[in-house]
Amino acid sequence: MSNSKSRIDVKKTYKLFIGGAFPRSESGRTYEVKDSKGNFVANPSLASRKDLRDAVVAARSAFGGWSSATAFNRGQILYRIAEIMEGRSAQFIDEIVALEGVTPTAAKKQVEEAIDLWVWYSGWCDKIGSIYGSTNAVSGSFYNFTIPDSLGVVAIFAPAKPSLLGLVHSLAPVLAGGNTAVVIASEKYPLSAITLSEALGTSDVPAGVVNILTGSAAELAPWAASHMDIDGIDASGLSSAQEKEIRIAGADNLKRISTFKDGASPQHVLAFMENKTVWHPIGV
Amino acid sequence: MTFEYSSAPESKAIVTIDPVYKLFIGGKFVAPKSGKTFTTVNPATEEVLAKIGYGEKADVDKAVKAAQEGLKVWSKMAPSERGKYLYRIARIMQERAREFAVLETIDNGKPIRETRDIDIPLSAAHFFYHAGWADKLEHAGLGSNPKPYGVVGQIIPWNFPLLMLAWKVAPALATGNTVVLKPAETTPLTALLFAQVCQQAELPAGVVNIVTGDGATGAAIVNHPGINKIAFTGSTDVGKLIARSVAGTGKGLTLELGGKGANIVFEDAPLDETVEGIINGIFFNQGHVCCAGSRLLVQENIQDELLEKLKRRMSQIRLGDPLDKNTDIGAINSREQLAKITELAMSGDTEGAERFSAPCTLPAKGFWYPPTFFTGVTQAHRIAREEIFGPVLSVISFRTPQEAIEKANNTPYGLSAGVWTDKGSRILWTAKHLRAGVIWANTFNKFDPASPFGGYKESGWGREGGRHGLAAYLKGAK
Amino acid sequence: MSVSVSSLTDGSLSSIKGFLRTLPPVDQVGADARAAMLGTRSIKTASKKWAIDMAISMIDLTTLEGADTDGKVKAICNKAIRPDPTDPSVPHVGAICVYNDMVSIARKHLDESGGSDIPVAAVSTAFPSGRASLEVKERDTKDAIANGATEIDMVIDRGAFLSGDLEKVYSEIVYIKSLCADKAHLKVILETGELVTYDNVRKASFLAMAAGADFIKTSTGKVAPAATAPVVLVMLEAVRDFYQMTGVRIGVKPAGGIRTTKDAIKQLVLVKETAGDDWLNPELFRIGASALLNDLLLQRQKLTSGHYGGANYVTLD
Repeated sequence: MSNSKSRIDVKKTYKLFIGGAFPRSESGRTYEVKDSKGNFVANPSLASRKDLRDAVVAARSAFGGWSSATAFNRGQILYRIAEIMEGRSAQFIDEIVALEGVTPTAAKKQVEEAIDLWVWYSGWCDKIGSIYGSTNAVSGSFYNFTIPDSLGVVAIFAPAKPSLLGLVHSLAPVLAGGNTAVVIASEKYPLSAITLSEALGTSDVPAGVVNILTGSAAELAPWAASHMDIDGIDASGLSSAQEKEIRIAGADNLKRISTFKDGASPQHVLAFMENKTVWHPIGV
Repeated sequence: MTFEYSSAPESKAIVTIDPVYKLFIGGKFVAPKSGKTFTTVNPATEEVLAKIGYGEKADVDKAVKAAQEGLKVWSKMAPSERGKYLYRIARIMQERAREFAVLETIDNGKPIRETRDIDIPLSAAHFFYHAGWADKLEHAGLGSNPKPYGVVGQIIPWNFPLLMLAWKVAPALATGNTVVLKPAETTPLTALLFAQVCQQAELPAGVVNIVTGDGATGAAIVNHPGINKIAFTGSTDVGKLIARSVAGTGKGLTLELGGKGANIVFEDAPLDETVEGIINGIFFNQGHVCCAGSRLLVQENIQDELLEKLKRRMSQIRLGDPLDKNTDIGAINSREQLAKITELAMSGDTEGAERFSAPCTLPAKGFWYPPTFFTGVTQAHRIAREEIFGPVLSVISFRTPQEAIEKANNTPYGLSAGVWTDKGSRILWTAKHLRAGVIWANTFNKFDPASPFGGYKESGWGREGGRHGLAAYLKGAK
Repeated sequence: MSVSVSSLTDGSLSSIKGFLRTLPPVDQVGADARAAMLGTRSIKTASKKWAIDMAISMIDLTTLEGADTDGKVKAICNKAIRPDPTDPSVPHVGAICVYNDMVSIARKHLDESGGSDIPVAAVSTAFPSGRASLEVKERDTKDAIANGATEIDMVIDRGAFLSGDLEKVYSEIVYIKSLCADKAHLKVILETGELVTYDNVRKASFLAMAAGADFIKTSTGKVAPAATAPVVLVMLEAVRDFYQMTGVRIGVKPAGGIRTTKDAIKQLVLVKETAGDDWLNPELFRIGASALLNDLLLQRQKLTSGHYGGANYVTLD
């Protein structure tokens, strides 16, 4: 063992997370991320529209399996994310302290809340249908019921800060509803998202269910908004001017677009779910 | 001699059609500011029925102000009392049901059998159903204190004029909103009769305002800053336009748009009932149905047998005078719609599909199209992809359940679908995999106030009816 | 592309089951809805007049009571020949339907009263339950034919049908048919009220047709529900499809519960819009009824005179 003083750190290459793999941007672009004091931290990928396209393809191909997995299974996988994050708490805390410039206590609280939020949404997976589905008393010999159903591929522009908690607030309900996600990480504070991708990569989340891009929300938002194979957008991290733009472009395929300003709620799950009503005859 | 049904026309005497209709604003009938009018015609005879007030920006503005005034009364009222007004409306609609039915048939062209047995009773039922919600909103799963939007602008289509009014107005009022409603240009009469019902029910002034007009009138409603939420039923193209107009304004928006519903018939289907379901799926209301089963997906090993039965059954269809109680298929609602149907059906011919039309004699006057299906249709045909909104069915075969699902879902729409099989597990498997908001098993085109209705994908935003439909008119769910 | 009736099944259980499995199922909710929709047809003026006369000519005027007497049977025979004594333009009914021991009385009285062209139908095979040995059923049928019945209304063994002994049901029909031969038409009563499901009605209809029935009949009139509109609809679909299959037209006879002109006209609408105009005659459609006739006559008088009639202006029997 060499003396730690003389050892050179092995620094991480921060990459994208697409289809369960960690590629660099196809564009070869990176951008510089600095800590709260202005020191260089990393050169994460500056994702391009083609990376976005690839991420949507991965998310779409993962959608069938994820949405038809049993709710219990999805709940266990969301809980597993919490377990894996717990083990990486220190790394999340260090990165949040470094980038957001908050105290270690505040960073710790943010990480704990984020982990607990996964646990909370994990429990919703197999309850959302019971609470928000219905059987409907129609006039006629039919058993009529309505169930919430997964929407599809959701693009997430999470709030910049708190970088981890804000992201989990957006991502967890999307996954709880059986959707797959393309996350555009906080541009200024991307390390939480990147570390989360590494946690996801080692949890039981199937490849493609979550895809995380680092880069410029302003650059990628119009491409996401006009992408005909994205079904919904969480625009919580976009400015109101950006949100208006994506609402206009998103009308091309009538994307479901939401922004959330409040805390955790089953309504955030439902915002990216459809309601399916089935009429089944009752007869002999 | 054979058994030919003599004509059995429903009497027109029950309705009085005024020569000129005004707008309904603030509880009164008022002339449009410009004094302009347009006409509405009976599509079965092309006769002009009445002149209708043409509402413009100034009139919409007046209606919004009236609705804002109405809101002061309506939102302060005890919810149980609001509910009682809706019950009153439901009862008056039931009392005047035949009058509504005849008027709807004259203005729209749909058969009296449908207005009498479906449109009007369902409209009244919608008010009755939502009346009961008015004082139970805290139990609707939308938080302990859900709030109405305020003034709601509502734009409805011509295919089910009164029923679409009921789908819009009843939940909006039950949840404490007031409304500015624009009926379709070609079918304003039952909405104006509904205005009289509001007067008879002594509904407070301004709670319901009806501004007749065309697309420009609708745009004035959509863009009015005093309106807090828009609810629209109509074409997907217009729905997208509205979505773009509303973007960034903070207005709420729900949309009920087009469809290209798949009606999937498996080899073990109850064939006779399936044939009825296919007929009802595509020829009900002349096919002017957003959730029509316009794509028949039939398992290849029963296709010949099914189509033989379908042809035989189609030869029994009675097309003609919509006021005749024995008429199954009435008139196409307008010359424009007839032209659209004709053009799209012709694309089926030119793209090589094979046409079968029921052997009906079309009346000389009015707008008519015979019940028609095309075989030899593939996913690539225009008639397999575009909404025809007329009595034209595209028949597509499949070999396995998986293939049926793939074909059914291969559309930007996602409003409705049907599944025909004797096997309960297959019904639920198919329903699970279909990307559509309403799935009918061994039936089609069934509607109920308690049953949420609305689409996936480009078929719309939100639901109408049932508990889920209330969310369209309430804010603050947590 | 039709096949012969005799080739549909060889009469063995597996063969019968195999044949019946080729039939599509019936969705109860959909069949009910279709029948209800056809019930809304509005029949007016000239078509109503035509329908009333057609319905009268389709009636199997029936008396099937323990209290039946010679007098009662003679009375209905008179009624059958001249339903409205004040109006000779009223057609005679389709047939007289009585128990076995009344056949000769009915035949004789009809022949003596100008009704020789009206057939006598006898209910047979231990009507209404059918719970008797084949020997008894054979004797029942032979007697009736010997006494002048040219139509035999037999009941199927519902117990056998419900327990799955389709071979027994089939072979009994085949045997009774052989007794009828060219002397009598065979109507097979399914007693749909005991079969309960429309799937059973369809299967029993095809089973009876494959076994040689000339008519399939809903009910004995002793079990409710009897000739409901959806049951008749399913049976009309069966004869229509059987014709497509074999080229042979089988008749349908609803019986029980059809009491008013409105009921009867609804039946004719079902026939027209299901099996088609070819079935709209007494050779292929009969209505088993008694009280119905007077209501048809009352309605007919109303159409002719323009004013409403009263019970005392039609004859009691």
